[in-house]
Amino acid sequence: MEKLISEFSVGLFFWQTMIFVGLLFLLRKYAWGPILGAVNERETSIKDALASAEAARAEMETLQSDNQRILKEARAEKEALLKEARNTRADLINTAKEEAQEEAQKILAQAQEAIQNEKRAAISELKEQVGSIAMDIAEKVLQKELESKDKQVELIDQLLKDSNLK
Amino acid sequence: MPSVLNKIYFFSVLLTALFSAPNFLYAKEDNPSKDLKTEIKEYITHHLEDAYDFSLFSYTNSEGEHIYVGIPLPVILWDEGLQVFSSSKLHHGEEVAQVGSNYYKLEHGKIYKTNAQGTINYDETHHATNVAPLDLSITKGVVSMLFIASLMFWLFHSLAKSYAENKGVPSGIGRFFEPIVLYIRDDIARPNIGEKKYMKYMNFLLTVFFFVWFLNLLGLTPLGVNVTGNIAITFGLALLTFLITNFTGTKDYWLHLFDPLGSSMKWYAKIPLYVILIPIEVLGIFIKPFSLLIRLYANMQAGHIVLMSLIGLMFIFKSWLGSPLSFGLAFAISLIELLVALLQAYIFTMLSALYFGFAAEEHEHH
Repeated sequence: MEKLISEFSVGLFFWQTMIFVGLLFLLRKYAWGPILGAVNERETSIKDALASAEAARAEMETLQSDNQRILKEARAEKEALLKEARNTRADLINTAKEEAQEEAQKILAQAQEAIQNEKRAAISELKEQVGSIAMDIAEKVLQKELESKDKQVELIDQLLKDSNLK
Repeated sequence: MPSVLNKIYFFSVLLTALFSAPNFLYAKEDNPSKDLKTEIKEYITHHLEDAYDFSLFSYTNSEGEHIYVGIPLPVILWDEGLQVFSSSKLHHGEEVAQVGSNYYKLEHGKIYKTNAQGTINYDETHHATNVAPLDLSITKGVVSMLFIASLMFWLFHSLAKSYAENKGVPSGIGRFFEPIVLYIRDDIARPNIGEKKYMKYMNFLLTVFFFVWFLNLLGLTPLGVNVTGNIAITFGLALLTFLITNFTGTKDYWLHLFDPLGSSMKWYAKIPLYVILIPIEVLGIFIKPFSLLIRLYANMQAGHIVLMSLIGLMFIFKSWLGSPLSFGLAFAISLIELLVALLQAYIFTMLSALYFGFAAEEHEHH
């Protein structure tokens, strides 16, 4: 111990402290600061890059699943649309058919009515004509009757034959 | 692999040669009165201490003069005013340096003020009684630290710049150190201090780790500077850990020190316990950094002693069996010392982080 103390050099201690503390401050400013800063920066940039890559991957995945979902949805929609269209078409056809049928029925009914009316009109006209014919015949008959009985009958027969009722 | 092995082998030979060979070889002829063992012991002791000049090697020329090859460094003394002179004037303690009207002499690695003749007076325990002026010299250790500090600044500043120039990707030589910086952050600072506060301590932890590691490694080069194995250096480092720990201490940290049992006991029951507990806790504040400084010092010092002793053994054995054997051992120890250099830097940083973690902790009150 005594040897150590006698060996102790104040000058060396002084210079050592001066040099070391000086070196400490110099290196702090010109070496360790920039080095640790750069290393830290590099590490954070690597970390950030990794994180952003991960985020991009995740985004990609969600995008892909989104795409799939959208595709599925579109397909379903298409299916639904098609189905609807098919239904509408069938409906349309059905209603058209029904309507047409109805219309046809109506037209038929109208026609029938018209026919009936015509028929009735015709019949009434016929009746009138028959009446007038009968009147005419009766007139002629009466006139002939007045000439001869035979002729009258003959006439009536002939007239009747002529006026074939239809 | 052979080329790598060759390189290591070559390095070891170089290390061995530059470390010691010239001195050992010439030492015997120079001073025949001392035996080789004492010579080696003195050489190792000398190497472990700080020096006033950056000596590469020394030899004795044909006239019996000691020739030192190295770089003299400035000696700075505070002795009634600033005294600055070159360490070459001291001549490794062989001559008296005259600076102005003052005379100085190097004795056992310390500079003493003497008279013109350079007389050193000793007390009965063989300690010099001369005045030792305040010594702020730029010694070998200081030069080594300055070198490592500039190396670190260049290395990590270039790394920091490469981030800006290269869009966050490191380039150049600093790239090699990025994993270590990250290791200190992720495996030392974060788990020990906690996610919230670790950034505050990163400057110190990184600086101290690389400072200690590089200085340890520099100590293993043939230059043979023993900086981290010097008690003043480790004391300075541990002192900073101590100061940072206590100045950043939270309320919980101090509460834990002075009221470790909390509200789990009545106050009158705590008094007898605290008479023992509080002094232990307070002592702990000092023991923790003290263990840091002793551990680093002792490990590096011991490593150098073992390595140099094994190299010295080669010159003592001087036989075909012993010398290669101790060379192999020295080589193996060199490899272990490379590991120890890293390990001690790691332990120092790790324990500092642990102590900072104690200081920064904030927990639920029991």
